[in-house]
Amino acid sequence: MILEMKNIKKSFGSLSVLKGISLSVEKGEVVSIIGPSGSGKSTLLRCATFLETIDSGDILYLGKAAVSTDENGKAAYVPSAELRKMKSCYGLVFQQFNLFPHYSVLKNITDAPINVLKRPKDEVAAEAMVLLDKMGLGDKADAYPCQLSGGQQQRVAIARALAMKPEILFFDEPTSALDPELTGEVLKVIKQLAEDDMTMVVVTHEMPFARAVSDRVIFMADGYIVEQGSPEEVFGNPKEERTRHFLQNYQS
Amino acid sequence: MTVQTMLMLLSKGFLTTLAIFALTLLGSLPLGILVYFGRVSKIKPIRWIINVYISIMRGTPLMLQLMVVFYGPNLLLGLSVPSQWRFMACVLAFVINYAAYFAEIYRGGIESISPGQYEAAEVLGYTKGQTFIKIILPQMVKNCLPSVTNEVITLVKDTSLAYAIGTVEIFTRAKQIVTAPNINFHSMLPFLVAGIFYYIFNYIVAIIMERCEKSLDYYH
Repeated sequence: MILEMKNIKKSFGSLSVLKGISLSVEKGEVVSIIGPSGSGKSTLLRCATFLETIDSGDILYLGKAAVSTDENGKAAYVPSAELRKMKSCYGLVFQQFNLFPHYSVLKNITDAPINVLKRPKDEVAAEAMVLLDKMGLGDKADAYPCQLSGGQQQRVAIARALAMKPEILFFDEPTSALDPELTGEVLKVIKQLAEDDMTMVVVTHEMPFARAVSDRVIFMADGYIVEQGSPEEVFGNPKEERTRHFLQNYQS
Repeated sequence: MTVQTMLMLLSKGFLTTLAIFALTLLGSLPLGILVYFGRVSKIKPIRWIINVYISIMRGTPLMLQLMVVFYGPNLLLGLSVPSQWRFMACVLAFVINYAAYFAEIYRGGIESISPGQYEAAEVLGYTKGQTFIKIILPQMVKNCLPSVTNEVITLVKDTSLAYAIGTVEIFTRAKQIVTAPNINFHSMLPFLVAGIFYYIFNYIVAIIMERCEKSLDYYH
C-alpha cells in the first residue's frame, strides 16, 4: 500500500467535514473521487497532504505512520522533521496551479529537487527538460508563469510535482479553474500518467474523464464515502440512491 | 560671506543630510522585517508590544520623537551622552520611526500573497525559512516597492526635521546663514539652494526606484 487513511475525522469549528473516511491506495492505482461541492473531497486531499491536521484517524505512507490515534481518540503526528521526509512520498496539484510567479518555468520545476532533496543541479535540470517535453512544453523552459495559458500553467505544475519523484500524486480539481477548451490538454497529460502506471488520486468533476481513467471511483457526500467501485459499477450501475441522484444531475 | 562660502557650507550640510538618509534606510529597511515578525508573532505579549510601538510611531509627530530620543537619555535616565549624540540620536529616531512604517508596508505586501504560495511550498517540502526567503520575500519586495518609494521620498524631506534638535544638515545650515546677525547675508538664496538640493536628490531617488520597479516587471 502506498497510502492508507483510516477512519479520518475532521471538523472546522462545529462543522464536521470528514465523518470517518477510510481510503487505501495501491501502487499503480488510479482513484477518482467525485461528489457534490462541500462533500469533503478537497479536505480529504488536504488532510492526506498535511495541509490540514486531522482530528482523529490514522495516515500511513508506505506502511509508515504519519499520524496515529491512541485509545483516547487523540490524533498524534510524528515529529515535524519526520513528517517533512514523508512529503517526498507525494505530490499535490492544486486547482489554482500555485506556480511561483517570480521563477521561470524551469526554476519552478528544479528549485525544490535542488534545494529540498539536495540533488545535483545538472541532473535535475536535464530531468526537468524531459518532463517539460513530455508535457508538450519543451519550448517554455525560460518563460514565466504569467506568460502561459492556464492549461500550460497546470501542466508546469504537474511537471513540478513529478520532478520530486513522488510515489503518489494527488490532484485537487485540476481543471476546475480552466476554460473548457483548455481542460482537454491537462486531462490528456493525466491520462498519459495513468498509462505510465503512476499512482494517482484525482478529485474531479469531469465524469467522462473519471470513467475513462480510473481503476476505482469513490463517490463522497456529506463527509462520508457513499459508494465506491470500478467505473463501470459506479457510473453504469450505481447501488445508492444518493449516487444515482448526483450522476443524473450531472448528465442532464 | 561670499556665495562660494555659502555653497560650500550648504554642500557640507548636504553630506550630513545624505548620511542621515542612508543610515536611516540601512537601519530601518531590515529592522522593519523584524518588526513585521513581531507584529504577526504567535506570542501575544510580543504582538502587543509591537502594536503599541507602531501606533506610537504613527500617532505622534516625528519631531517630538526626535526630542525624546535626543533629550531622553539625559533627562529621563540621567545618562551622560557621547559627543556625537546629536547626530546619533537623529539617526536612531529616524530608524525606529521608519521601521514602524516599513513593517506595516511589508505586512500589506505579504498579506496580498495568495495562501496557495505557502501551500505549494509546504507540499514541496520547503522549510519555513526557505519558504520565506525564496518564495515570499521576493514577491513581497515587488508588492511593496511603490509604497516604499513614497516612504523614501518622504524621508528625503523628513531629514530636515533634524533641525529640531540642532543637527547641522543642509536645512539647519541654510537657516543659520539666512538668520545669523553677524554674517550679513541678507537673502533667501540659501533656502533656494537648499530647496534645489532636495529637489535634485529626490529626482535621483525617484529614477532609481523606478529602475528597481522596472527590473521586477518581468512577472506579475
